[in-house]
Amino acid sequence: MAQITLDDVDYVAGLAQLTLDEATKERLVGELGSILAYMDKLNALDTTGVEPMMHALDMTNVYREDEVIESLDREAALMNAPKTDGAYFLVPRILEGD
Amino acid sequence: MDREWFRMTAHELADAFRNGDTTAEAVAEEHLARIEKIDPQVQAYVDVWQESALDAARDADARIRAGTATPLTGVPMSLKDLLCSTEGTTTCCSHILDGYRSPYDATVVERLREAGAVVLGKVNMDEFAMGSSTENSARQTTRNPWNLKCVPGGSSGGSAASVAADEAVYSLGSDTGGSIRQPASCCGCVGMKPTYGRVSRYGLVAFASSLDQIGPFTKDVRDCALVLNAICGHDKRDTTSANLAVPDFTQALTGDVSGLRIGLPKEYYTDALGGDVRDRVETAIDILKDRGATPVEVSLPHTEYAVAVYYIICTAEASANLARFDGVRYGQRAANVKDVRELYHQTKSAGFGLEVQRRIMLGTYVLSSGYYDAYYLKAQKARSLIAQDFTKAFEHCDVIVTPTTPTPAFRIGEKIDDPLQMYLSDLFTISTNLAALPAISVPCGLTTEQLPAGLQVIGRPFDETAVLRTAYAYEQHRGFDWGRPPLG
Repeated sequence: MAQITLDDVDYVAGLAQLTLDEATKERLVGELGSILAYMDKLNALDTTGVEPMMHALDMTNVYREDEVIESLDREAALMNAPKTDGAYFLVPRILEGD
Repeated sequence: MDREWFRMTAHELADAFRNGDTTAEAVAEEHLARIEKIDPQVQAYVDVWQESALDAARDADARIRAGTATPLTGVPMSLKDLLCSTEGTTTCCSHILDGYRSPYDATVVERLREAGAVVLGKVNMDEFAMGSSTENSARQTTRNPWNLKCVPGGSSGGSAASVAADEAVYSLGSDTGGSIRQPASCCGCVGMKPTYGRVSRYGLVAFASSLDQIGPFTKDVRDCALVLNAICGHDKRDTTSANLAVPDFTQALTGDVSGLRIGLPKEYYTDALGGDVRDRVETAIDILKDRGATPVEVSLPHTEYAVAVYYIICTAEASANLARFDGVRYGQRAANVKDVRELYHQTKSAGFGLEVQRRIMLGTYVLSSGYYDAYYLKAQKARSLIAQDFTKAFEHCDVIVTPTTPTPAFRIGEKIDDPLQMYLSDLFTISTNLAALPAISVPCGLTTEQLPAGLQVIGRPFDETAVLRTAYAYEQHRGFDWGRPPLG
């Protein structure tokens, strides 16, 4: 199962929004392959009927009263923005056309 | 004759402050001078807060004079660079967060400030806490104070090194798979990961949200209990924080372990565990036995799967958590991009280091369509079995005692090119994160290479008290004076 190809690395890099150079891709083929081969030892483990552990603690939904509470003011929220007009985060154009 | 106050524990300093033997300001100045002198060798700090530390120390002195001091008032400490603070920067030692200033304090930072702590600054770590040697930092390579050619462990290597080198009385780090206990073991200090949910994660930059937990590095077990008293407790801003009463952890410091059953998992004490570490740990177990504890052999049969399970779950969670660093709202943004897609790609590819990219790739892969069931779901099921192993073992014992790491600190550069070998160095610590249990590492001697070894004590969920009781009793009776790293 853990036979990683260059195409796999390309596909996953696309999902992860990473642009990798050829040398890095080649390296990752080997590294991910050996790590995933190690993880394949889980195939030997019988987990029939075992519930997945999805949470660290046995907690149910955590609710609070639906009250307005203080949140970050706009200035604080924007203070680390790479680009802002003082009211919004600015990004390059998303839609085509004018 | 002046005493070297920077060598003292928090509880010793609290006594000295109360008796008027010294002041918080003088102790803060001593620490800042110590950092200036020693840190060029150790390289624990990434940001030193000279001015605000002295301000906090003067405020602490006023509190001490007014009689409203807590046990941590005026005690200088350091923060791992992934705990949000309005002072200084919070960068997770990643280029993607170069210059990032948090608009709020993490809950633990807020609590320590209320307790009168003097924060000396931020310390080094593996980028986004991903690593076991602190070599993955985008800032600098931290050295092990016991041997400058060795790593301090990781990911909280700066925290461990700062405490071991007397550049801070204590430190806060985070532990996702051993990132507190392993460096504490490597550097010869006490490090504790409380039960998942015991300490609020609000303001802790997330790596793997179902595993991350904040905890202290200290010079002794009493200080560990004092720091836990200050940072534990429910926080409505972290919905996974446990709404449970927090005991006074100093009550556990009795020195008495009579009747305590200490479990020794046979899967940890295999032939593969050899040398000095095994010897030091067995001596420690004998000491606990002499004080009235009863060793019991227990079994954790799914131990061999823990590393695989851990690296599937933590990378999956990391790939989701780190998706937020896209150059839109904060952090570095790639220049000269033509559209948003390129903005995301260029920002992440330039901002994240090698190990972070590797883990994002792994995590994305194990969550991707067609592999989700085979890896992620399978790992979550195996995680259940690992957690059940502990539940069953704790039917026969009160705490579980193991080495913290199979070997002492390794050389800088030794494992950096072999990620799988690096991952396997977390063998003894990761199961407790998977099972959400509290665990401590306490120094148990030096190996023949003069490197520290650590004894790990694991407890039932929310039974930090039994963990501290065991560690304290051992520390009180271990029969050697814990030395100091061979630094100036």
